[in-house]
Amino acid sequence: MRVSIDEDGCVGAGQCVLAAPDVFDQRDEDGIVVLLDEAPAPHLHDATREAAVLCPALVIHLAE
Amino acid sequence: MTEALSKPSTGTFPTERSKDCPFDPAVGYQEFREKEPIARVSCPAGIDAWLVTRYDDVRVVLNSPGLSSAVPVMGHANPQADFTTPMNPGSIIQTDGEAHARLRRLLTAEFTVKRIQALRPYIQKLIDDHIDAMLASTEPVDLVRDFALPIPSLVICELLGVPYEQRDRFQQQSGILTSVDVDPDVAIQANAEIQGFVSQLVVDKMRNPTDDLISRLIKRAQDAGQPLTVAELVVLALSLLVAGHETTANMITLSTLTLLRNPDQLEELRANPDLVPAAVEEMLRYLSVVQFGLFRAITEDIPLGDETLRAGEWLVTSLASGNRDTAAFPNADQLDVHRKASAHLAFGYGAHQCLGQQLARVELQQVFSTLFTRIPTLRLDVPFEELRFKDNTLVYGVRSLPVAW
Repeated sequence: MRVSIDEDGCVGAGQCVLAAPDVFDQRDEDGIVVLLDEAPAPHLHDATREAAVLCPALVIHLAE
Repeated sequence: MTEALSKPSTGTFPTERSKDCPFDPAVGYQEFREKEPIARVSCPAGIDAWLVTRYDDVRVVLNSPGLSSAVPVMGHANPQADFTTPMNPGSIIQTDGEAHARLRRLLTAEFTVKRIQALRPYIQKLIDDHIDAMLASTEPVDLVRDFALPIPSLVICELLGVPYEQRDRFQQQSGILTSVDVDPDVAIQANAEIQGFVSQLVVDKMRNPTDDLISRLIKRAQDAGQPLTVAELVVLALSLLVAGHETTANMITLSTLTLLRNPDQLEELRANPDLVPAAVEEMLRYLSVVQFGLFRAITEDIPLGDETLRAGEWLVTSLASGNRDTAAFPNADQLDVHRKASAHLAFGYGAHQCLGQQLARVELQQVFSTLFTRIPTLRLDVPFEELRFKDNTLVYGVRSLPVAW
């Protein structure tokens, strides 16, 4: 699984951080998404998929 | 705006709930979802609008370009809605595109998962103090007045940096503003006082910045080379107050009532506190307190399902209906604290999704890990049938909730 994000579209809702804290974080200065792991290990795949579904701005893209 | 570019309305916007089940959305949504999921309806404001009721369609349309939020908030549901007055500068929920993104990005740092987690001990202490005060007083107490309203209000005071000695007065006045049974003159006076109070707070923070949201917001905007005006700051601070107060308060009382009415679910929650975060998401889904949904203006044609929503028309997306769509949530009308409900629509969807959602979650999680543990015998002190629900307010709730233990 490869994860990519569209920072410009991020609205800082924080849903991805709640769903997959090992894969996503937020910048302290503006709450925008930080991708911690662009190739998460298999045990993180479900949480990463959930984060992509929850994102209200649809800025998390997965290639599987 | 031009009306009836598309087909004329074939129904009426649902507003009446069943007397038997006040937790269910207004009657009629299920039929819309099954028969006419993208319908034309006439609304209480005297306008016709598209009504979108299925979960998937709500998500798709709220992320479409061609929608504007620069409309009266939930104006479709308000017979007195004013469609002519321009929006206030700084009203984050009523701006679009770049202007919205600018305001939102100045605020998102304040509501990150990390920053809100850091507020958890403060929120827990507020909850404990209010439970102590309830237990020390005479039964029955009104859970709305003595618990559900003050806690979110005091959390906002903490966020905004309201000085301690002014918090009681601030809370009292904002309590009047959010009350439904209040003399209009008293409400106007309370409104004026809060406006004056917030303006003074903003001016004070400009002169003497402290470690709080407003002071950081002022600095962040200056650093970005786009300083906010006093008027913008006042509107932003007031929006946070309004958005974070009554919504959370109503969720606290309605969720408490829902659990009291579903003792098996409450028992599971008590036996297994790890279920609390999931239970909170489920109650957000099940109750969907933004009861009339979200109102938008359509600015570019949007193809949706078999229909085309035309520029110049109005749109209402029903969050409550989407959250009861069995295609997204099996047995959607059943409360189930084990459900994975976090993809619910209670906080909206798209670029305007609730900015304060992490704060609401933490407040609700702490309340429901504490309330029934500290007061295990908590019970309703009046017959359920005597409770009066807020059928006409934008945020659904119960007017008062007398409890004993």
